[in-house]
Amino acid sequence: MGNHSDGSPNHSGTVATAGQNEVEKFQDPGIPPHRLRLADTDPKAAKRAERQVALLFGISVVGTLIFLVAYFAIDLGEDSAIATIRLQNMLLGLGTAFAMLGIGTGIVHWAKALMPDHEVSEERHAIRYEEDRQAAVRIVEDIVEETGIKRRPLIRNTLLGAVALAPLPAVAIFGDLGPRPDDKLAHTMWAPQEGKLKRLARDPDGTPIKASDVTIGSAFHVIPEGLNELHEGKLNEKAKAVVLLMRLDPASLNPSEGREDWGYNGIVAYSKICTHVGCPVALYEQQTHHLLCPCHQSTFDLTQECKVIFGPASRPLPQLPIAVDDEGYLVATSDFKEPVGPSYWERDMHERSITS
Amino acid sequence: MSAASPAEPAFVAKTKTGRFTDFVDARVGGSGILREFGRKVFPDHWSFMFGEVALYSFVILLLSGTFLTFFFDPSMAETHYDGSYVPLKGVEMSVAYSSSLDISFDIRGGLFMRQVHHWAALLFVASIAVHMLRVFFTGAFRKPREMNWVVGSVLLILAMAAGFTGYSLPDDLLSGNGLRIIDGVIKSIPVVGTYISFFLFGGEFPGTAIISRLYMLHILLVPALILLMIVLHLFMVVVHKHTQYPGPGRNDNNVVGYPLGPVYAAKAGGFFFIVFGVLALMAGFFTINPIWNYGPYDPSPVSAGTQPDWYIGFVDGALRLMPGTFGDWHVEQTWLGFVFTFNVLLPALVPAGILFTVMFMYPWIERWITKDDREHHVLDRPRNAPTRTAIGVAGFVWYCVMWAAAGSDLIATHFHVSLNDVTYWLRALFFVGPIIAFIVTKRVALALQRKDREIALHGRETGRIVRLPHGEFIEVHAPLDEYKRYKLVGFESPQVLPAVPNEHGVVTRKEKRRAFLSRWFFEDRVAPATPAELEAAHGHGHAAVEAPEEAKSLSH
Repeated sequence: MGNHSDGSPNHSGTVATAGQNEVEKFQDPGIPPHRLRLADTDPKAAKRAERQVALLFGISVVGTLIFLVAYFAIDLGEDSAIATIRLQNMLLGLGTAFAMLGIGTGIVHWAKALMPDHEVSEERHAIRYEEDRQAAVRIVEDIVEETGIKRRPLIRNTLLGAVALAPLPAVAIFGDLGPRPDDKLAHTMWAPQEGKLKRLARDPDGTPIKASDVTIGSAFHVIPEGLNELHEGKLNEKAKAVVLLMRLDPASLNPSEGREDWGYNGIVAYSKICTHVGCPVALYEQQTHHLLCPCHQSTFDLTQECKVIFGPASRPLPQLPIAVDDEGYLVATSDFKEPVGPSYWERDMHERSITS
Repeated sequence: MSAASPAEPAFVAKTKTGRFTDFVDARVGGSGILREFGRKVFPDHWSFMFGEVALYSFVILLLSGTFLTFFFDPSMAETHYDGSYVPLKGVEMSVAYSSSLDISFDIRGGLFMRQVHHWAALLFVASIAVHMLRVFFTGAFRKPREMNWVVGSVLLILAMAAGFTGYSLPDDLLSGNGLRIIDGVIKSIPVVGTYISFFLFGGEFPGTAIISRLYMLHILLVPALILLMIVLHLFMVVVHKHTQYPGPGRNDNNVVGYPLGPVYAAKAGGFFFIVFGVLALMAGFFTINPIWNYGPYDPSPVSAGTQPDWYIGFVDGALRLMPGTFGDWHVEQTWLGFVFTFNVLLPALVPAGILFTVMFMYPWIERWITKDDREHHVLDRPRNAPTRTAIGVAGFVWYCVMWAAAGSDLIATHFHVSLNDVTYWLRALFFVGPIIAFIVTKRVALALQRKDREIALHGRETGRIVRLPHGEFIEVHAPLDEYKRYKLVGFESPQVLPAVPNEHGVVTRKEKRRAFLSRWFFEDRVAPATPAELEAAHGHGHAAVEAPEEAKSLSH
């Protein structure tokens, strides 16, 4: 019964009933009598189990052979068809499965049917003995005493100081894991270069978009002209600069003050990077004029300047001010007026420095 | 293995194998180890296999992962694909993605290895989670195993870290979007978030450093830590010996089961092959992470219905559940010129933080409430610890609500319901679900305990209806044998511990809180049946199923 029957009712789990402080509990009857298995009594059953185990090991051999045949007989060669790869993958799986399951089930069956199944009881030992504890304490005291660290605080304190400072270089050398953020997150490729406004181009081929190509109800995935020609940091720039371009009935857009000339003839461009955690807001619901982020379902309403109407995003998508150049191509009149993408600690500071 | 004393002649092995064994044994002391462990007793129960599944999945992960490292190139340099998968021919992509495609299509058995590796990773985390549930619900975390519970919890976190760092390596569209979400979450951290992001990615997202950095973490640092923790975990299992389920002949001073050699070793060893076989079957027949369908990472496209691997799901779900605005009030706030992105910070940190904090601390919480400093080697049946079981199920349901939220869009499209409605319902369940789960579970556990009492006292129903001479019909109950009965009555039923004053005669506020929690834990209790009750039941033919009211009142 172990601890069940000792101590006061409050200490152990003993249940008290009326009139008694200590209630007798059911006595542990001990390990139930061992029941013999069929294979223990019937030599035929034992022989049968033996054959079954051997058969399972045999299946494992077959599995190994299946694997080897599938591996060598099926040649992937050049430009192998996906069906061939699928077949080979299936046979490799099947072969390995047979090889492993054959061994595994064979051994387990052997253990369960033929090895002795007597349950035995073993005493547990204390995890720690009191005399060991006392001996250990004495040893530690002796060690401390021999170092003399208590008697020599000067040594102790200088050591503590030295050890406390020693990891600093390790921290310092990780300081160059990346460059300082500065205001990199605040700017994108859309900023005009040398007075030349950037054209809006199709993603991914990079051909510029004419305003006349954009019919009402249509949507374009847009990258800045020249992005594809970048040799370095192309994905970094793309990760900030991608834009969705849509044309609505101008009457349904409700531009706020100062944004009246950010669109052209009902054509508006918004950052495609979700203000929540940065997924591309790739789904445009033409009928409702909603933009939906497929990652966390933030929903933005185009007719309200991409205000958040559902989901975890908290800020509207930044709008890219656009116009039409002499040749009829859409251009960005400036960079975004605020940092795009997910919020970060310094974001508000950056936004103020852009607008000022 | 001391040198043979002069009194007895030195042992001389007769066979070749014997001589070899003796040579090694005389130098490593194997005999002593075998003497200690060769017949060590292990209790047997199907629920003890989950930990084994985790261990074996890890071994399979090491084996298949080693193969993959021979062919994988964690470089983000740009290349044009020139392998045998036609749809992507000539497409610009990173070397990492290209080499992952090569593993899938141009290296014999590569696809199989990738699939084994991915399935094993999913199983690894899943088996750890189920193993932890088993340990929680059976109270195996109690003294002396509290620290091993902590090591196990660390292993769960490390397993998730290993999974996530590996998930991102192929640099495909899906995992790239996953990384972008992580980047967004990191950037929401106050003060240092932007810096951490730049340091992790070596500059702006996505940069050209992240894959090789994750690769180092994935194949060196995280597995090394996991290995270290597994060694600690198993070392403590040996020190503590295994717990056992309650039953006749089993108590806190013994361990009842099969000896390690041969039965337990055979079963456990055979089980490794079974786990391997099942994983091979899954890898052969079920596609996992078909990266060729996703294409290379590009910050612009994204596929609908994107899902992280299952173990990250609950965080992703929490991100989805959090509203970003309440009407016109924005959850994201700017204070003193700095941005507090609460709509990301709260869901990313708070639920996971609560789950893991409670998980790590739970053994000490219960220890404090019960003031129980005894060692427990006999497990609780979950019904016999109703409040703990209810807490566990409440936490589990909470986790599942968040996890389900990670698939809110799939739920909506699959069942043709509105995505918004799914989200609203899950938001409500986020708060209400655990409470309902707690109440229901506790009631079910208590009901099962009462059922146990009834069976212990009156025997089991036989379904045999007998008509007595005076016309009454009764159903005959067959009494239990003493072994079966002991299983139903041999458990502890802790009682409420009222607040006690400390040495200054003061009942501290902390002690009052403890007493309150003790009442909350144990005021609804079903006491195990006693021999006297059995006697009474036999005497009268029927007795109260509950313990007499006076008996319970003693505890208040």
